[in-house]
Amino acid sequence: MIRVENVSFAYPGKEVIFQRFSWQVEKGESWAIIGPSGCGKTTLLYLLAGLRLPQEGAVLVNGQMVRRPRRQTGLILQDYGLLPWATVHQNTALGLTIRGVREPQRQAIVTQWLARLDIADVSAQYPSQLSGGQRQRAAVARTLALEPDLLLMDEPFSSLDALTREGLQNMVVELGIESILTSVLVTHSIEEAVFLGKHILVLPLSPITQGTVIDNPLAGQLRYRDQPEFYRTCERVRQTVERVGHDGQG
Amino acid sequence: MGKAEGALAALSLFLAWQVAALAVQAPVLPGPLAVLTAFVQALPRGLLWHTAVSAWRVVASILIAVGLAAPIGLVLGQIKRLDVMAAPLIYITYPIPKIVLLPIVLLFLGIGESSKVFIIALILFFQVLVVVRDASSGVRPELIYSVRSLGARRRQLLRYVYLPACLPAILTALRVSTGTAVAVLFFAESFATNSGLGYYILVEGWGRLAYPEMYSGVLAMSLLGFTIYLALDWLERRLCGWVQLGK
Repeated sequence: MIRVENVSFAYPGKEVIFQRFSWQVEKGESWAIIGPSGCGKTTLLYLLAGLRLPQEGAVLVNGQMVRRPRRQTGLILQDYGLLPWATVHQNTALGLTIRGVREPQRQAIVTQWLARLDIADVSAQYPSQLSGGQRQRAAVARTLALEPDLLLMDEPFSSLDALTREGLQNMVVELGIESILTSVLVTHSIEEAVFLGKHILVLPLSPITQGTVIDNPLAGQLRYRDQPEFYRTCERVRQTVERVGHDGQG
Repeated sequence: MGKAEGALAALSLFLAWQVAALAVQAPVLPGPLAVLTAFVQALPRGLLWHTAVSAWRVVASILIAVGLAAPIGLVLGQIKRLDVMAAPLIYITYPIPKIVLLPIVLLFLGIGESSKVFIIALILFFQVLVVVRDASSGVRPELIYSVRSLGARRRQLLRYVYLPACLPAILTALRVSTGTAVAVLFFAESFATNSGLGYYILVEGWGRLAYPEMYSGVLAMSLLGFTIYLALDWLERRLCGWVQLGK
């Protein structure tokens, strides 16, 4: 599904973040990307989304080189994704409106997703009137309403309190996101990476030439947090993050 | 401000005016009742027409200023290279009191409508340009990324992101500039014309020592400024509902 081939990238006038970096994601896989702060996790997501283009190498999704945002890729950001001047309903309908989906089909899709994410009662409110959890539910609704085949999430729950964060992580599992589409989650939370990512890519400090992959087949189950294997995997990821943070390449 | 507070403020103003008129006891300061009576009588006898002429000049100036400054501000806010080139020019020209250019404007555009509209539009233009440029460049990149990821191209980004982001700033700039615009209008209408409230106040009122008429003109000009202010306030409530939530 995703092939990152020998990608090199640096922001103008800044140090190189990726240097001949390669990585591969198969269709239907759920990945979590974790690594030290500022290592380039979000940049990798932007490269996959077509919001940034590599200076060398290529990012391919379904065999097509990504040169601009692709219609079937959904992106959920940490905090700033919703338009402050649009209501929850308008925000959820935005992608459909941009793509020319007409009423009443648009209305039907929006209503369905608002109900599914339990935010129908706040559909007329603006983002500033919502709790953090409701805001992220609206962002998820807006993205999933477009029926993407690839979902990219950039620390989607990091600004939320622990309980709300767990609730939304459960929601991702309950929605079956990991089973219906390919997903890549960037997070700085080891527990979140282990709970949601069946494969965990640990990135070292930049310049990144390769990451460390940890397989985590039990991810995506609601009761996984209560199992000893969850804690063992968390510990393994923690040690890897610490090691690559000190030693450089993983 | 609620209706009750507004009514109380207006009443206080009229009371203070009445007290001052009683204290001065001179034709140069008639009381509010005499002025209101003269105002109502003057409306059909030309005041309404002069008010309409002034209103048209201000509204046309606002529309021209916003129509020109908003797109330029949006472009400058988005294209950093252009902004870097334009910034020194704006920096130098922004603080110039544009009213001093009036004689030059009159030389080029004559004493008709266009010179009056131009000078007001010129003043508003810079106010709107600067706030739109700043609001446009201040849009968070994450917001742009998220809307681009939904499939938005430049035109849709403009419609769904940049324009709404700039709208409150445009309305605030216009509201702040309304007083200046009406003051400049008064100045521009004070000579070489036979229409507008500036002409009415200075020629038909002050020049003829007809003080109630003069005050009627002043009242009409105040009401004109106030009406524009209210209209902008209404527009903000209508179009920028999310901003009101923070107030």
